[in-house]
This record gives sequence, structure tokens and C-alpha cells, in this order.
Amino acid sequence: MGIPITVQVNGVSHSHEVEPRLLLAHYLRDVLRLTGTHIGCDTSSCGACTILVDGKAVKSCTMLAVQADGAEITTIEGLASNGELHPLQKSFNEEHGLQCGFCTPGMIMTATDLLANNPSPSEQEIRHALEGNYCRCTGYHNIVKAIQNAANTQG
Amino acid sequence: MIPASFNYHRASSVNEALDLLKQYGDDARLLAGGHSLLPAMKLRMNAPANLIDIGRIAELNSIRVENGTLHIGAGATHSAIAASPDVQGHAPVLADTAGMIGDVQVRNKGTIGGSLAHADPAADYPAVLLILNASINVIGPNGTRSIAAGDFFQDLYVTALEENEIITGVEIPAMPQGAGAVYLKFAQPASRFALVGCAALVKKDGGTCSEVRVAFTGVGNMPFRDSGVEGALTGQSADASAIEAAAAQAAGGIDVLSDHFAGEDYRTHLARVYARRALSQAAGLA
Repeated sequence: MGIPITVQVNGVSHSHEVEPRLLLAHYLRDVLRLTGTHIGCDTSSCGACTILVDGKAVKSCTMLAVQADGAEITTIEGLASNGELHPLQKSFNEEHGLQCGFCTPGMIMTATDLLANNPSPSEQEIRHALEGNYCRCTGYHNIVKAIQNAANTQG
Repeated sequence: MIPASFNYHRASSVNEALDLLKQYGDDARLLAGGHSLLPAMKLRMNAPANLIDIGRIAELNSIRVENGTLHIGAGATHSAIAASPDVQGHAPVLADTAGMIGDVQVRNKGTIGGSLAHADPAADYPAVLLILNASINVIGPNGTRSIAAGDFFQDLYVTALEENEIITGVEIPAMPQGAGAVYLKFAQPASRFALVGCAALVKKDGGTCSEVRVAFTGVGNMPFRDSGVEGALTGQSADASAIEAAAAQAAGGIDVLSDHFAGEDYRTHLARVYARRALSQAAGLA
């Protein structure tokens, strides 16, 4: 039995009938073909699938698409505007805040939520905010630097 | 991982949720934030035929202080509780604890009602609700009732909730005047669940501990108040040696959990260490 849902994703409205068990991460990747949202651990630990739902960072592998009905969603694809990278994307590039890049979309979405609520976080606040995002390459050092740098640029 | 198929029902009010529970009974589970239930369904440890979504019921989300009692709706998320000035003012230890659960993303979705109903033996809230003498309000086919936190948790993932009952909220009385309270945990580094969590409340009269409440999570099959530690410190001075001696009683008579993260001896050791730290910090705040 399909359930009708309507969601705004990166400013565009989408309506679909979805199976109730369809996870939001799969809806974004398989139905909308927005594959920038990665699925890592699939057990709500690693944070690779982090997106913003009504402005808040959530793990899209642990949410049903039907729960998102009526929500405004931002994925990594929605951050750049008019061909200009978002300050966080630019900063991850400049500070070399990634190696393999798999965790990067989730890192940047969590950082987006952090900076929206706390425009100039301390290093400790950044590290605390990233507790739910795992990077297995970098040791986090440059990720933290990239977020600090983006905060300075935005401020 | 994909959950087994189920029918999805969205309740727009508590009454509607009760009607749906009546209709689908045994074959239904309530979905709020989904941060305990969905992982279990993805692992196929749970495969209900019906999910009743109570996540949009606005009446379950409120946080307010009325006549000296803090009321937290079951649908309040951990981040809402952590950020609430009412919670920070009335029971700062609860706001701090909510901010220590899981991670940012988990706190943005997970709810206090969902956490309590799930009754994971390592969940953070229960120890704190026990030292705050909280009660859990539920509604069911026979009306509403209030369950003391101490009676609510009954075993591993087992609570006093009856068939077709819904948690509507938590009530927290005022802390004893001048008391200090803290919750500390040794978190499992991946899951952030407590290997051992200790909540302590200390009230001092002069230099003496006139009231002591200590509760643990992660140590036994269910959270518990530790009367051995409480008794050993009550009436004693709040100095380091008295606290150390009381903390050494931690988890006495408890069947301590053992798993591949921490064996029984190590957990017992952690319980003593965390009791000492929590008591000395609580006494410092009193």
C-alpha cells in the first residue's frame, strides 16, 4: 500500500507514493537520485547519511520517508548556490578536510546545523557536534580546521 | 538494511492513537522519533504488522513548569529537553543528561517517551529520573495513571506499561532546596550508550549529607537506586574519604551485566569510580 508524501528537497517540491518501510536515505538516493547522501553503517552510528530535516541534522537511514511528509529537506546537493560552493564546501576543499570523501557530505551537513545555531564554535564544541559523524581517514584534524575556517569566513 | 513490510497509520491525537492501538493491538508498535524502534526493525529483531506514528501529535511535545512541577511531554526530543530553559532551571541535571544522549542527530529525533518505553538497560534518562523522584504518566483503554520511576522499570526492556498504553509524559517534582545533582557516564565509544552511568543527588546541612540519592544505569538488567551507597553517605560529612567509602558499596547485591565491552568485574569497578565522581561533584554543587 503506497502512502502519498510531499517533501521539499533543496527547494524543489516532490510528491510520490512510497512504501511505508522505505527509508528516507533510500528515497533520496533511489527515487530522487540524489546520491550525495551516503549510506555508511546503516545503523545510525556513522552519520554519512546526515541531512537537514526542517533545519535539523538527522540520520536519514533511521527515518522513514513517510515521516518526512511535509518536511523541508536539505541535502549536500542543496548547499551550493549559483555554481558557488557553500563556505563549508570551500573550506573542506581548502583545508583538505577529507581523504576518501565518503563521510564528507554528512560532515558538512552536521557542520551546517552547528554553524546555524552557533556561528563561532570553539574547537571543543565542533568536536562535540561531530560525535555522530565518523571519518576513518583523516583523524578529524583537518575537518575541525575546515569548520573553524568556514565559521571565520561566514562571520 | 530494510525493515519487514508493515502498514503505516498516522495518529493526529492521543485519542486517535488509542483507537488505532485498540484496533491493531498485538500487531502494532508506536513510532515516535523511531531511534530505538527503526534500528530494531532494520535488524528484523522487530517486525510489527502495523506502525502507529505518534510523532506528529502536538499535545505530546510540550515542556512546562506548573505549580513547581516540571511536565515534559513524551514526544519532546532530547535536543528540545537539553535546550529548554524550563528544564535547565528546574532540573539542570536532566537538561545536561539529555545533551549527552547519543549524538546531535540522534538527539534531534529521539524522544523521552520512546526512550522510556524501550527501556534499554543502558539508557541515560532512567538513572536521572530515579534520583529526581519522577513519575511517568500513561494513558490507556482504562484511562490515565501515573507510575513512579522506581516502579516503571521492571527488567531488561520490560516496563510497567500495560497492553495498549501510551506514555504521555514525565513529571518531575522540585529538587530538594539547595541540593546538587549530576549524571556521569562512561560511554561506549561507538554507540554512546552508557557502559556505566551514575546519577547522584546530594543535599547538605552544614557539612553533613542530609539527603543522598544515587542511581545507576548500564550496571544491571534495569536502572536502580543504590540504597547501599545512599545509606553509607547519609548523615556523613561530604568529604572525600566518606564519599570514597560510600562509593565502594556500589552495586552491592546486584547481578551485574557482563558483555564483550565490559565484564562484571570491570563494570563493578566503573560503578564505584563513577559513584565517587558523581557524588563528589553533586556535593560540590550542593
